[in-house]
Amino acid sequence: MSVDLNALKTPGPTITALTQPFWDAAAQGQLKIQHCEDCGRPVFYPRPICPHCWSKRLVWKEASGKGRLKSFSQIRKPGHPSWLPAAPYVVGLVALAEGPTMLSFILPGARPPHVGDALLLAPTAIGGRVLPAFKPVETATEEK
Amino acid sequence: MSQAKGAIVGIGELKPQRLTSGVTTLEMIAEVARLAVFDAGLEPAAIDGLLVGPQVGETPQHVPATIAEYLGLAPTMANVVDLGGASGAGMVWRAAAAIEAGMCETVLCVLANNREEAPSRSPNRNPIREFDVPFGASGANISYALLMQAHMAEHGSTARDFALIAAAARANAQLNPDAIFYGKPADVEAVLASPIIASPLHLYEIVMPVAGGEAVVVTSAERARSLRKPTVHLLGAGEKVTHRAVSQAPSLTSGPLKSAMARAFAQSGTRADEMDLLSLYDCYTIMVATTIEDAGLCAPGQFGAWLRDHDLTHNGDKPLNTHGGQLGFGQPDLAGGMTHVVEAVRQLRGEADERQIGKAELALVTGNGATMSEATALVLGAA
Ligand SMILES: [Zn+2]
Repeated sequence: MSVDLNALKTPGPTITALTQPFWDAAAQGQLKIQHCEDCGRPVFYPRPICPHCWSKRLVWKEASGKGRLKSFSQIRKPGHPSWLPAAPYVVGLVALAEGPTMLSFILPGARPPHVGDALLLAPTAIGGRVLPAFKPVETATEEK
Repeated sequence: MSQAKGAIVGIGELKPQRLTSGVTTLEMIAEVARLAVFDAGLEPAAIDGLLVGPQVGETPQHVPATIAEYLGLAPTMANVVDLGGASGAGMVWRAAAAIEAGMCETVLCVLANNREEAPSRSPNRNPIREFDVPFGASGANISYALLMQAHMAEHGSTARDFALIAAAARANAQLNPDAIFYGKPADVEAVLASPIIASPLHLYEIVMPVAGGEAVVVTSAERARSLRKPTVHLLGAGEKVTHRAVSQAPSLTSGPLKSAMARAFAQSGTRADEMDLLSLYDCYTIMVATTIEDAGLCAPGQFGAWLRDHDLTHNGDKPLNTHGGQLGFGQPDLAGGMTHVVEAVRQLRGEADERQIGKAELALVTGNGATMSEATALVLGAA
């Protein structure tokens, strides 16, 4: 993948006051998710009430940034034309160590992705903003 | 004559505001739903019916599933009521009717709206737009590719297994002159040779969008007897809505159709293996694969072997999507799901001409929406 992801004119997030802490953290290279103080469960994506017990006592906590690849797809024909220069690229479903699953951009690793791969948060500038992308753990250790 | 048609047991209301600032309608729905359900002294899990209004712009489609996912609900009846100022009252009556019909027991009827001074820069404000699209995931192809990859990883199913489904649909379409792929068969090799759109999904495993329309008329069993055509009865039905975004799916390899079909079979006193016709929603090959497994026709992960063991043509032992399915017929948008109903009625009436199946007494019809999120199953029977 030689394309400059940050130069893409891709659609950014539609942020509200409620979701702002998630994107503020993302801009700082962090992943923050909500946790319910009543039932103790993590919540992703952000909501005004806990989807498990409907409590409003939700607090933001930084996630470990560790995850596992539940599934992935190498996109050859993107659904949005702004992504065409980046194709083929990989998106995946990331089971966060905390529990919830999020969809994310998966950076290339030393080998093609496999379901079950260990992943690490890899903040990446895409379309003019830093997004919480992920990369395979092997790549992460190589870079250290 | 029954008197009571349901009861209202909880209420919620938000304080009116001239303008809202940076708040979505979904967020407001969550606030007011919480008030009503807690006013009733109920747990959220008690809600198994969901009636919502249209949200023009913000959530253009799949509104009930989006709201159900947002609220952590998995209703067995979910609908939009689009009656303008009559929507609220209309919801109450429909809720009572749905309860009386056995679709659900406890219905949340909810309406809310934000009022922003400046129009948002993107009309679509649902969570997929905020949390999936910025990462390069737009459109249904990616979602179903993720479901297919998960099935392959969990069960070892192969591209060839999935291609069998597309090839069978194309083969059946050769007996339907109206099908978009009539005169254009594609065997397994042709499916596998078609371009990958989003791995592991090939072009021929994806429905072709077309213009079209489908309609059915439903009446009482009594009234049906006086009409001219052979009656096709609704013997059982089931529905389930579990999520909207693929990332929020409770399972990637089994869907809400599993529970919807189980309910439809139980209600009709039938079994999957008794069906004379399988009229299964097929937006993508993976959808048919999962449905065959969720119906209990084979063990999880074994759809490929099941397909090789059976003949899916009108002459075969397991006729499946004799109209070509949407993979062979084309997908006229939302009407695409209705093609499976119309074909089932045609077959059960004995009106399917050269593709008429032999014994035509029972048919399973499935419908699926969004990302294996919204599921309805019907068992239909010939009179
Ligand atoms: Zn909670």
